[in-house]
Amino acid sequence: MKVNGESIPASEGLTVSKLLEQKGYQVNRIAVEVNRDIVPKAQYDTYALHEDDVIEIVCFMGGG
Amino acid sequence: MTDTFKLGGHEFTSRFILGSGKYSLDLIKAAVEHAGAQIVTLALRRATLGSIDNILDYIPEGVTLLPNTSGARNAEEAVRIARLAREVGCGDFIKIECIHESKYLLPDNYETIKATEILAKEGFVVMPYMYPDLNAARDLVNAGAAAIMPLGAPIGTNKGLVTKEFIQILVDEIDLPIIVDAGIGKPSQACEAMEMGCAAVMSNTAIATAGDIPAMAGAFKQAIEAGRTAYLAGMGRILEKASASSPLTGFLAD
Repeated sequence: MKVNGESIPASEGLTVSKLLEQKGYQVNRIAVEVNRDIVPKAQYDTYALHEDDVIEIVCFMGGG
Repeated sequence: MTDTFKLGGHEFTSRFILGSGKYSLDLIKAAVEHAGAQIVTLALRRATLGSIDNILDYIPEGVTLLPNTSGARNAEEAVRIARLAREVGCGDFIKIECIHESKYLLPDNYETIKATEILAKEGFVVMPYMYPDLNAARDLVNAGAAAIMPLGAPIGTNKGLVTKEFIQILVDEIDLPIIVDAGIGKPSQACEAMEMGCAAVMSNTAIATAGDIPAMAGAFKQAIEAGRTAYLAGMGRILEKASASSPLTGFLAD
């Protein structure tokens, strides 16, 4: 699967929550999109990720 | 009575919207405090590293966050970024930027109107960055914008109110807060925008590229307050010929 443009292997039983935990993201600082659909935070624990998924994890930065 | 302005039902006393780009996180808190800003703009980008410092930890509590859709080239991309920004969980405000050329970074009013219409229907407080055109501004009003944000000059140029006459037309004709966004380079220009009747001024580069960032933020705050007070006071009239300020009687030679 692709996370923010980078290819990484999808492990068995991977969920959005587990991916965020592995990568060290704080849930209240980010938003997640899988295959162009936003995943609501309430679904992070149950939302299963698969090998061909394209995932975007975004956060705020300085901007005008 | 306190002088306030409203954006989508939210009331603000500060008329200085501060950008947070181009300077370090540890200066943001001081800049916001010196600016007295109640609204700070942000950008949304890929989160490349999970555990690095997050800008939200540096913005004082109670400040309204205004994410922008920078990077969007059309309405569809702006809508996508806006929805993601809302999902982070920091409110419904969105500053629309639809830009597809990199030399002058001028906004595409047509795409901006389309994005405004979609996002306003979804309950966003939509603040579109636009090229100051009266017809486009009217379309933005009809599309549900909460304010109109015309550019003073191209983003990051610090050239000031290059579009002054056209911003004045918007102030005179549009019944929404007009907030000058982009181009304001120094406090006197921010003051001038407020004297013209603009509801607020948004500035980033002028602060971020100043020698002393917090001090410049403070200077802008004072200038914006002065311009607002002058606008409310009503400007003195202009004459072609002199009009003595001192009495014309009781001269010593009489």
